[in-house]
Amino acid sequence: MDGVTAAGVRASSRIVARADGRGGTALPVLDGEGPLALRRTRASGGEAKVMVVGAMSGPLGGDRFTLAARVEEGARLHVGSAAATLALPGQTKHEARYDVRLDVADGGELHWLPEQLISAHGSELQVATRAELGAGARLVLREEQVLGRAGEVPGRLTSRLTVRVAGRCVLDQELACGPGAPGGWDGPAVLAGHRAVGQLLVARPEFAERPPIARMLGECAALMPLAGPAVLVSAVAPDALLLRGLLDEALALLGP
Amino acid sequence: MSRAALLVLADGRFPAGGHAHSGGAEAAVKAGRITSAATLEDFCRGRLHTAGLVAGALAAAAVLGVEPAALDAAADARTPSPALRNAARRLGRQLTRAARACWPSPELEALAGEFPRGAHQPVVLGLAARAAGLAPGDAAYCAAYECVSGPATATVRLLSLDPFDATGVLARLAPELDRVVDRAVEAARRAADEGVGALPAASGPLLESGAEWHAAWSVRLFAS
Amino acid sequence: MHLDHHRHGPAAVSADAHRPDGSHRALRIGLGGPVGSGKTATVAALCRELRAELSLAVVTNDIYTREDAEFLLREAVLPPERITAVETGACPHTAIRDDISANLEAVEDLEDTVGPLDLILVESGGDNLTATFSKGLVDAQIFVIDVAGGDDIPRKGGPGVTMADLLVVNKTDLAPHVGSDLARMAADAKAQRSELPVILQSLRGGSGVADVAAWVRERLAAWTA
Repeated sequence: MDGVTAAGVRASSRIVARADGRGGTALPVLDGEGPLALRRTRASGGEAKVMVVGAMSGPLGGDRFTLAARVEEGARLHVGSAAATLALPGQTKHEARYDVRLDVADGGELHWLPEQLISAHGSELQVATRAELGAGARLVLREEQVLGRAGEVPGRLTSRLTVRVAGRCVLDQELACGPGAPGGWDGPAVLAGHRAVGQLLVARPEFAERPPIARMLGECAALMPLAGPAVLVSAVAPDALLLRGLLDEALALLGP
Repeated sequence: MSRAALLVLADGRFPAGGHAHSGGAEAAVKAGRITSAATLEDFCRGRLHTAGLVAGALAAAAVLGVEPAALDAAADARTPSPALRNAARRLGRQLTRAARACWPSPELEALAGEFPRGAHQPVVLGLAARAAGLAPGDAAYCAAYECVSGPATATVRLLSLDPFDATGVLARLAPELDRVVDRAVEAARRAADEGVGALPAASGPLLESGAEWHAAWSVRLFAS
Repeated sequence: MHLDHHRHGPAAVSADAHRPDGSHRALRIGLGGPVGSGKTATVAALCRELRAELSLAVVTNDIYTREDAEFLLREAVLPPERITAVETGACPHTAIRDDISANLEAVEDLEDTVGPLDLILVESGGDNLTATFSKGLVDAQIFVIDVAGGDDIPRKGGPGVTMADLLVVNKTDLAPHVGSDLARMAADAKAQRSELPVILQSLRGGSGVADVAAWVRERLAAWTA
């Protein structure tokens, strides 16, 4: 940890996954700190599993978190989190930042499936997730944002997701919501009162030849082939549980 | 070149295909999310700050000379819905035709040759504005205004909404439109220096999923 | 070099008689008229009459998406790839007159995908008596009215009745049943149109669509001359 300063906590964690040459995946770098502590858990098949364990609550206003995972050629990594991330107001007026950087090389596979991000009343958080994939890389990435704890007015949350495959940007989208966000965020074009919003991004090289067909999942969720070898499932739902159900259904539809 | 060219380009009767599209309003009306002038205003405000900001920045960047193919790819990445990408290209193709007739230019000819099936409409709009000698802000105004005027006129037809109420919505949004245009132009200038990654990527999840829902209907009044 | 560049250039902007590759494009004939007057039935009959001798295609302009296109598909008057539907956003007259860009794309795409074509029929969505086709979209237009719509329509005039290159008074077989006076309709039409032709037609008997088909053949002969 860089330490706790008046401006907030700075924490940065890194994971590197490397094929061990025996069909499994080694983790030569598993470097967590403070609120982003990392635990290796039981592996399954050739896949290494890591849990992000929130050792402190946060991010709080002024905090700056960075989490980076690199999956090298032929390695397979699954990253989850032990609990939801709760964005809270801090001592300072500054917003918090949470940057996630994912790199997956050709022939590598990453399942990035953290629990929800909850934007609590009074918090201000900017999340940026950037994934860089090689042409033959595979990625399953889930992000879920929950606006406020039960019955609570949410905080201000800006979340940007950028995915590049072989150097070409296939998805760049940002959602801004909560008090102080640009107008209309809770209106009929954006969230229409829904309090849970999620994205499931699945990139597979075979989608270049055979992209999945666009389809609806219920009334407010759609599976959409992107302009590249990836699909996005975009969903809004009344709560986190219903949202998870939609994203799980979509992942099952796409098959292994 | 004349500033008044902006009036020609922004005219709702400019023959570039817009009349057949509702900008997502038809889906929102059927879903019960637009029912009145007030909910139309909420819809338009949300669309303005998401799709409108992105469209304005793309158009302004095209006026600044950012490469059209790079802008078109950036528009693709900012449009997850294939139905919306398809609508944007169809409208772009129609606008290319109208712009070539109005402001012939080698850049528009090159665009028509490079994108025979159409480039994203805001990119074409920016190149048309550039050919007409207009400024980046002019193009952004045009793009941002279209993104609210389309749903407003469509809702008049869909709900038999009082046209004075619908036009009042547009008038009330004008100050916010100014701010969106300022942000769009600022982002476009950054994109001209740093690349298209600096363009805004604001999105409305219900605009995207609503477009997919709408595209699957067999009976509808509007193409998108 | 310059010629080559021109030949492979982008599509024409509007009603240019040549395609980007320099070849002569298809003749485009528009069919307009009020709802229910028999435009789609006339298009279907023309396709059956002409498809053996001509390479043809149809563009429909529906109010609700694809209903007319689907009728033509069900009737199997042409292979499906030769029928395209244009969506008009609740304003069919706009798509054929004020903003023709979607229709121009439809006719150009048909020539690109199933061409070379001799003839493209562009059918408007059912609309009012003032809806006419832009000269930027079609080379000639047929306005179809019917006896059941009231025998005073020719007398009332309007741009469709007075200006169309051909006026078709359809469903003449119904005249006795709806109390329409065919002779009066013909005389009123003549008065409104002076030298422009009028054809009275019933698709349920007599010579069917033959007279309209003959008129189309004449236009085509003039177009390719």
